[in-house]
Amino acid sequence: MKEFLTFTKKEFIHIFRDTWTMMIILVLPLVMMVLFGYAVTTEIGNTNIGVLDYSKDEITKSIINRIQESEYFTLSNSFNSYQEIEPSFKASENSLVIVFGENFSENLLHLKKADIQIIADGSDPNSARTLVSYASNIIGTTLKDLNKAPVSSYEITPELKLLYNPLMKSSYNFVPGVMGFIIILVCAMMTSISIVREKEKGTMELLLASPTKPIIIIVSKVIPYFIIALINIITIFIVSYFIMGVPINGSLFWISTLCILYILVSLSLGILISTVADTQLMALVISAIILLMPSMLLSGMLFDIGSMPLILQGIAQAMPAKWFISAIRKLMIMGVDVRYVWSEFLALIIMLTVIIGISLRTFKKRME
Amino acid sequence: MENVIVVNNLTKKFGHFTAVDNISFEVKKGEIFGFLGANGAGKTTVIRMLCGLSRPSAGNATVAGFDIRHQSEKIKANIGYMSQKFSLYEDLKVWENIKLFAGIYGMKKKDIALKTDILLEELGFQDEKQTLVSALPLGWKQKLAFSVAIFHNPKVVFLDEPTGGVDPVVRRQFWELIYKTAEKGITVFVTTHYMDEAEYCDRVSIMVDGRIEALETPKALKEKFASNSIDDIFYQLARNAKRTDD
Repeated sequence: MKEFLTFTKKEFIHIFRDTWTMMIILVLPLVMMVLFGYAVTTEIGNTNIGVLDYSKDEITKSIINRIQESEYFTLSNSFNSYQEIEPSFKASENSLVIVFGENFSENLLHLKKADIQIIADGSDPNSARTLVSYASNIIGTTLKDLNKAPVSSYEITPELKLLYNPLMKSSYNFVPGVMGFIIILVCAMMTSISIVREKEKGTMELLLASPTKPIIIIVSKVIPYFIIALINIITIFIVSYFIMGVPINGSLFWISTLCILYILVSLSLGILISTVADTQLMALVISAIILLMPSMLLSGMLFDIGSMPLILQGIAQAMPAKWFISAIRKLMIMGVDVRYVWSEFLALIIMLTVIIGISLRTFKKRME
Repeated sequence: MENVIVVNNLTKKFGHFTAVDNISFEVKKGEIFGFLGANGAGKTTVIRMLCGLSRPSAGNATVAGFDIRHQSEKIKANIGYMSQKFSLYEDLKVWENIKLFAGIYGMKKKDIALKTDILLEELGFQDEKQTLVSALPLGWKQKLAFSVAIFHNPKVVFLDEPTGGVDPVVRRQFWELIYKTAEKGITVFVTTHYMDEAEYCDRVSIMVDGRIEALETPKALKEKFASNSIDDIFYQLARNAKRTDD
């Protein structure tokens, strides 16, 4: 126990005295939160919108007013002809244009049918889709409120209702993602590099030649990163709950258990990498290419896994981050009972067992 | 004199490759035992087996009275080890390194504090107690690493090419430290590339291709091979080697 503390303390000194390590483990999580929270947002806010109104009657005017009042859109252009629309997209003056056909009110009243066209910039399909659905939603509710909606067409207009995330806040999506990423970074990458550093510098040999048991050497090397990962997780929770307003709907006990389990899986990955890599550079490259990149791209944090090619979907299943993010979304944001995330828990437990098994075998082989 | 290291038919194979081929020798208490050999001759493999870092494929050995196969933990508690690479923690201060390794070998806090000051004075390092090891010149680091390896007063200290890359003045000082250590009754098992250093040893063994080809005092060795330099003798033996490198 005493030597355990000695080693853990030594490991903390290594971390505290290395500026880069400190930057990565303390500053990076906050930078990522800010980046994803405010810069890389998939939310729509203050989108410029253009209008071409051939009718200029009271219904079109009230629709335009509603659009202007909404927090998503700002009216930037009023066109007089169809030819003006495309140049405005090219000049990035607006991302969406709504065109009202001639005699809009009259047609609506008498023919129960009026022409309206929404033009969006398809070069960014994701936001185009979102913008179009926002705009049609506003048009639909306006007509309904004005009670002018023709029975035939507008009663079947689908009304968008997003469960668990009614405001479509992207923070609900990226907070679990950032957690999944940061833990892999701290636990797998930083840990493997710090173990390999001792191998590279020759101090590991010295420790192995001492009476200390190898298991104590490894466990005490890993504990500081475990503690740092916990601190990171708690920081992310606090920032997301108090500053970004992300709810914590599920049981704190199971959320914590999940986080700890995921931290353990990541730490064991770090140990595994350290048994394979001989240089710090190799450890860095392995963790970056095999773990960090897929954790970012294939975990469902940025892109939907279901719409990926099959082979990538397969790789995604092998990513601990994928299971963690899926479980934390369900537990934290949907607030489901733990029995709905048993498959995620099981996957992580299996990964933990397998990785520790392989690391032990590789380690023993090296000792022979 | 009692034997501190006894090696009987020790063999180590890696697959089909026999790194150490059936070697036997003894080392006496307080002796400075020079372990020479070209790169890839198997020196480091022998040291690793004697330190309990690697298991032999055949044969046996005892170090400080303990069996290397079954009592490696007891051996580890009774030896000091300095590997080829300079290996103290560069980002720890001088006293932190001493305290860490002394603690690992189970020394008491009070003893550590007392002995640290004595050691630093002996080395002339009093002013460097709070210095980060990374800021020390290489020669100082080597001396410190050696002092740390014998700080817990082991029965044997294994030095794997301790003076590599160090200038002649520091090498000289280093050997003075080795003599002092041997006087205290600590057995010194040292490998080296420098043949002039072989002259400082009580006995030297020359390893070629995993076997020990010669084992004598430097004087007897010179008589036997009718040569007045160990360098020549080493060259005579080593040029027959089939292995060229690790």
